[in-house]
Amino acid sequence: MSSINIKSLNKYYGKTHVIKDFSLDIKDQSFTTLVGPSGCGKSTLLRMIAGLEEINSGTISIDDREVNDLSPKDRNIAMVFQSYALYPHMTVFDNMAFGLKLEKRSKEEINERVLEAAKTLQIQDYLERKPKQLSGGQRQRVAIGRAITRKPQVFLFDEPLSNLDAALRVQMRIELAKLHEQLNTTMVYVTHDQTEAMTLSNEIVVLDQGEISQQGDPIELYNKPSNLFVAGFIGSPKMNFIPAQYKSSSSESTEVEALGTNLVLPKKTTSQSDEKVTFGIRPEDIHITAESDHDWESKAFVVEKLGSNTFIYLEHDNEPVVVEAPGDSPVKVGDTIKVKFDLDRSNLFNSQNTNIIG
Amino acid sequence: MKKITFTSVLSQLLLLFFVVAWIVPTFGLFISSLRDKDVLAISGWWTSFTTTEINEIYRTEGKDAQIKDGNYYFIKSNLFDGGQEKEIFRFGVTSKNIDEYEVGETALFKDQTEITVFENGDYVWKSKEEFKKKKGKRIFVSAKSPPSFTLDNYKEVLLKEGLGQAFLNTLAVALPATLIPLIICSYFAYALTWMKFYGRDILLATIIASLVVPLQMCLIPVLTIYNDFGALFGVSAKSFPGIWMAHTGFGLASTTFLLWNFLKTLPSEMIEAARVDGATHYDTFIKIVVPLSIPSFASIFILQFLWVWNDLLVGLVFLDKHPSEIILTAKLKELLGSRGENWEILTTGAFVSMTVPLFIFFSLQRYFIRGLVAGSIKG
Repeated sequence: MSSINIKSLNKYYGKTHVIKDFSLDIKDQSFTTLVGPSGCGKSTLLRMIAGLEEINSGTISIDDREVNDLSPKDRNIAMVFQSYALYPHMTVFDNMAFGLKLEKRSKEEINERVLEAAKTLQIQDYLERKPKQLSGGQRQRVAIGRAITRKPQVFLFDEPLSNLDAALRVQMRIELAKLHEQLNTTMVYVTHDQTEAMTLSNEIVVLDQGEISQQGDPIELYNKPSNLFVAGFIGSPKMNFIPAQYKSSSSESTEVEALGTNLVLPKKTTSQSDEKVTFGIRPEDIHITAESDHDWESKAFVVEKLGSNTFIYLEHDNEPVVVEAPGDSPVKVGDTIKVKFDLDRSNLFNSQNTNIIG
Repeated sequence: MKKITFTSVLSQLLLLFFVVAWIVPTFGLFISSLRDKDVLAISGWWTSFTTTEINEIYRTEGKDAQIKDGNYYFIKSNLFDGGQEKEIFRFGVTSKNIDEYEVGETALFKDQTEITVFENGDYVWKSKEEFKKKKGKRIFVSAKSPPSFTLDNYKEVLLKEGLGQAFLNTLAVALPATLIPLIICSYFAYALTWMKFYGRDILLATIIASLVVPLQMCLIPVLTIYNDFGALFGVSAKSFPGIWMAHTGFGLASTTFLLWNFLKTLPSEMIEAARVDGATHYDTFIKIVVPLSIPSFASIFILQFLWVWNDLLVGLVFLDKHPSEIILTAKLKELLGSRGENWEILTTGAFVSMTVPLFIFFSLQRYFIRGLVAGSIKG
């Protein structure tokens, strides 16, 4: 058992309130990702869990034990840093054995544990090398290996893949997922990359300015973002936001005016006093059509062909509206495109407080 | 190929200028220290590589050396008393015309005696009458002197003048006075860089501020405190431990500052990783920071060592002048003061005092350069 409970945590840097009355429960053996733009406090939060950052108020408990005043080594955690943070003067073996040697483990046990971790990460061949003789991906494996050898209850990852190139990042992502499967420990992962968050975690916590914006499993966040921030942050390319006028609503449908046309969403909205709303729809929910019952038409000014699919950028009031089309789409720049919205999968947000209304 | 620009040429020329400006006097000092003391006094070191022409005055032997052969009296001898490898090419018998005669020619003195001088200094002085004067006559010679070097000066300086002992004294001052501050300051700099404690920034500001306090200002107050302190325990204030402490104190600020400058370039995530791995501050210092700081330790070692080695003022104030304590720089000054004319001792002594700094510098220079640029490039 190694759940993490955070209760009304606060952190100030001088007068700046970085973490605002933050509460979160991280389940045992879960892979929880803290995601958000830079400066949202996600790394600070992770460092507070690790014990590298002081807590101003509130409590952090690991495994029902309050750890506020414990030093990092007594928290039964291991951390992997963005810059790998290897000890450059030690061999890979010594890097991985450093923590165990400090714990005064026997030589046999150290050997056994390091070799086991090296095998898991496939770095057995590099054990006698120095970090500078390794590539970025190998260094990050060593950093993860250093964490594994100590057999902690909780793994903390601070943007571990952001120093790697794109191909390596995808590969390491898969290995991290495999590792979580193998080790069955709680992992807390900080990233600003929503793809990593979506693919790795079974729980995503979206942070915005020191507060939880939304929390839930990846698909739930994707399909039912609770506000504009989450809707815009999760998914790539991001959801299209189109200003709209609220018309009327019944128990089964809501009518809004957007893009110069009336759209009837087959869903109920929560109470709405203001007329201004934001209509949000993801690129893959906008379909190109030849029929005359299209919702909107516009000129394509950018066409991105990715092979597997094509992103077509239409324009509305100088704001792009992105449409996803199949990879073999014949659309060219300058073509006039007719589209139909999959209104069942669209969302409405309150323009004032940015919360979802339907 | 690097691009040749005006600034690169200028910097190369400047570099060349400084190299020459430093090397030439050092080299001259070295050559001078190897020259014969008589030659050293009358000609520059740059003349010592070529055969030089010198004008000298010698005196012949007096009446005691004369022998009678037939009707004539002769004095046959050598002007140089043997031993010297000079080659005479002209000579004269009056101070008005010192190179009147070609070597091998016969010259006539006013008293009608005749002398013939040969290349190697041999001469034959011939007279009809008996030589009566006890003193010989002056002979002016122009000779060629080939380059000659000798280690006699070193023998003299190291063995006779007490410079050897002074050398050892300086070593006994410099090594501890370099190592003690280095050890203390490395701990201090670590604490200033990686430990959070109340008043850390003020402490750091104090250290930087104390860099500008001139050493001369503190000498006498410190010595007074030493005297009182020494009297308390009945020991002399002027002793080796005393000067070690003095140098440690004077070097503390700059050494700490330089080390702090280096230590803060170490990545903070690495120090944090060590903390998560369970390392205490002491573990982190000994196992992570010290091994990574060797280059900067070496460069600071050189700086502090050179400073202590070349120091005269602190050594004069905190050590006595008797032979078992006098340091090299003080000894050299003494030699200069009492015998301003004995250049060979001064040049040799100066060169002896330079050897250790040169040795230290050349053996640690790769660290020195690495230390100076530490942190400026990503490793």
